[in-house]
Amino acid sequence: MDNQNLSLIERIRDSDVYFSFIKSPTAIISTIILTIIFFCSFFVEFVAPFNPFNPSSLSLMDAFTPPSWSEDGISKFLLGTDGQGRDMLSTILYGSRISLIVGFSAILFSLILGVALGLTAGYFGGKYEMFVMRITDVQLTVPSILMALLVDGIARGLISKESHDEMAIYVLIFAIGISEWPQFARVSRAATLVEKNKDYISASTIIGVSNIKIMFKHILPNILRPILVIGTIGLALAIIAESTLSFLGVGVPPTTPSLGTLIRIGNDFLFSGEWWITFFPAIFLVILAFSINLLGDWMRDTLNPKLN
Amino acid sequence: MSFLKIDNLSVNYGMRKETVYAVKNINIDVKKGEILGLVGESGSGKSTLGNAIINLIDEPGRISNGMVILDGINIHEKPGDIFKYRGKKIGLIFQDPQTSLNPLLTIGEQLIETIQTHLKLNIDECKNRAISLLKEVGIKDADNRFDDYPHQFSGGMRQRVVISLALCCEPELLIADEPTTALDVSIQSQILELIKTLTKERNLAVILITHDMGVISETADRVAVMKNGDLVEIGLTKEILTNPKELYTKSLISSVPPTNKKISRFKIVKTKKNEEKGANIKILNRWNKKKIIYGDLIKIKNLKKTFQDGIFTETSKNTIMAVDDVSFNIREGESFGLVGESGSGKSTIAKMVVNLFKPSSGEIFFDNVCVTKIKKNKEMMNFRKQIQMIFQDPYSSLNGRLKVRDIIAEPIKLHNSLITDNDLDNYINDLLESVELSKKSAIRYPHEFSGGQRQRISIARALATQPRLLVCDEPTSALDVSIQAQILNLLKDLQEQLNLTILFISHDLPVVRQMCDKIGVLRNGKLCEVSDTEKLFLEPKHEYSKELLYLMPKIESIYD
Repeated sequence: MDNQNLSLIERIRDSDVYFSFIKSPTAIISTIILTIIFFCSFFVEFVAPFNPFNPSSLSLMDAFTPPSWSEDGISKFLLGTDGQGRDMLSTILYGSRISLIVGFSAILFSLILGVALGLTAGYFGGKYEMFVMRITDVQLTVPSILMALLVDGIARGLISKESHDEMAIYVLIFAIGISEWPQFARVSRAATLVEKNKDYISASTIIGVSNIKIMFKHILPNILRPILVIGTIGLALAIIAESTLSFLGVGVPPTTPSLGTLIRIGNDFLFSGEWWITFFPAIFLVILAFSINLLGDWMRDTLNPKLN
Repeated sequence: MSFLKIDNLSVNYGMRKETVYAVKNINIDVKKGEILGLVGESGSGKSTLGNAIINLIDEPGRISNGMVILDGINIHEKPGDIFKYRGKKIGLIFQDPQTSLNPLLTIGEQLIETIQTHLKLNIDECKNRAISLLKEVGIKDADNRFDDYPHQFSGGMRQRVVISLALCCEPELLIADEPTTALDVSIQSQILELIKTLTKERNLAVILITHDMGVISETADRVAVMKNGDLVEIGLTKEILTNPKELYTKSLISSVPPTNKKISRFKIVKTKKNEEKGANIKILNRWNKKKIIYGDLIKIKNLKKTFQDGIFTETSKNTIMAVDDVSFNIREGESFGLVGESGSGKSTIAKMVVNLFKPSSGEIFFDNVCVTKIKKNKEMMNFRKQIQMIFQDPYSSLNGRLKVRDIIAEPIKLHNSLITDNDLDNYINDLLESVELSKKSAIRYPHEFSGGQRQRISIARALATQPRLLVCDEPTSALDVSIQAQILNLLKDLQEQLNLTILFISHDLPVVRQMCDKIGVLRNGKLCEVSDTEKLFLEPKHEYSKELLYLMPKIESIYD
């Protein structure tokens, strides 16, 4: 066991991907930033100085405290507080957890749906392929944010008012996921068409391997690279889509705010001078999306066999 | 006085871990009016040497030392000077005529562009010159074809255009990098003839880079043999081919399949590394010792396959007859060769035999069962088990994400789901040993192996189901000649001991002669002639067979 682990680490150290990672400062910096953000978000209970959702720790007296370095700032609240006296830093960290959960789940959902449809379409071809690819074409003509709004609207009509708030996050995941899958379907279909004509697929067919097994054991691992790349870039898009929807008021409810909700709440105070309430969540969102995009860009360059 | 002098030239590639020398201290002279053949296996540095002459080495490679002296001038001395020589004094011909012409420009435009770059001529003069060049390289109706696009020419014609491009500024040195490798044998001989004539008429110095000893023996005056970046031997073609001094040259020549006789095995000249021994067929005792009926194993009757061309084609008239009314039988234990040029339908037949394609009409019988009518899954599995295939490209025929062990285990487990892990491991080891690979290979990934070793893994996988028929679709045409000899030896041993029936598909007549008992000659989907191998080579009946045999480059021609 120990030996195997060692050889795995050595293999990673030896690989070209690791080499290009070490050589790329952008990749290293964005990975560090993302690791910090992920860590803080998932262990937020231990990292955040306050629990903004515990009413006993809140005091309206602290409301609208500016950031600690400005004149009226209190060192207790590093980035100031919002209208209810919640610590901004803690709220942002709690909010980013919700944004990340929604983003990851949505992209996972669309990845599974898109790859399953694209892979089968590319492999079987014929009328089924025509059908699937035309659906993706149609869906790509609708802007994804509009698609998500539509799904959200329909869900609101279907789900009763009481359970709406707790269902909101699932609706959001579904709405974003359903608007992103055509990307995955297209890429995996194209990659499948390339792999399908290689001899090792013919060899498996001649051996008598079933279609399902050929698709998932042989083709899927070989088309994962491009899917991983658009998955990463799609993650940033999904997080931004979540924030946009929340900003528009159709996302997660204000009782459990995500980054987008925080920006919307802060937006109301912008003209009365309390800029920090909207500025810090916004800048946090930019850094998060930017780091993911940079990492995705690096991955695309490294994993693309054509560029090497 | 030599025209081109390569003096102590080295090229190295600074890789991540080490510096690799692609070309090491090479000294070569070429005279005017002479064709120097540069021969070697893949990775020997022959193409790198050709590119180094015109300073066209890609990063991270660089010329580390040495000089290239053309007509008394060191052409690498000033970095910018090389542009004056490329295309003007030195002409180039590349391997693939599909990609060496710009598909968006007419051939006329491409010729005029090149001429104008180097010579100060007006448009009319350029055009006249271009047309006379096209005539010289044998393009018929050159005046009218001047404004045609590259795709309107066939492969051979396109290579002629490439040659005319290389010649258009009166070069004195011509570097031809595998100029005929992408072409069929009949076109290959025309192109080689053209290069020979042009060398004489224009008094060119020519460097002909190739891996094909047959091509060398028919065209080159002198030959230089390269291996791993070193120059092994250089001398007159006849001397090198008939009386090679170096061990490597000897082994290279002995692995070229002779065209004039059938030999039982290829001689592998012993070096320190490989000791020749027959394959140790360990899987023999596992083989299903079924009573062998020496009847016809495969019967093919009036086989036809059409491909539709164009979109929405159910009713389209552009149908291509890939296979047109082909019938032949293969006896059990026999090896049957299908030969033909590209597009003759030989691979299509192979794919129909293994049931990858459905025939448009006609029937294929395997062991008296009609393959095309198998409906039940169980019957199909039974059929799949008995018939396996080996592919041309060893790089795409193995799934790079699986370990060798898993690649070979897949067919075994599929057809014998009750096998224990212990048995499975033993079986895989036996299979690997039978194809002369070590047991350790099992835990490695395909990319760690060379082309020849990958082909051995392919063979092991094909043998795993204990098939009766092995379809080999150009199994060695992607391999170097010495590796080819080893693989062909292996196939012969396996066939002999396991009593396999082989359908062997190839464009390479000498190889087919060594491997097959019977040969079918295909042309444009039609079967021209089926005959015993020796009979076909001695007295071909069909006109096309005669032509093919006549055009085949013969290494023996040097002895006459």
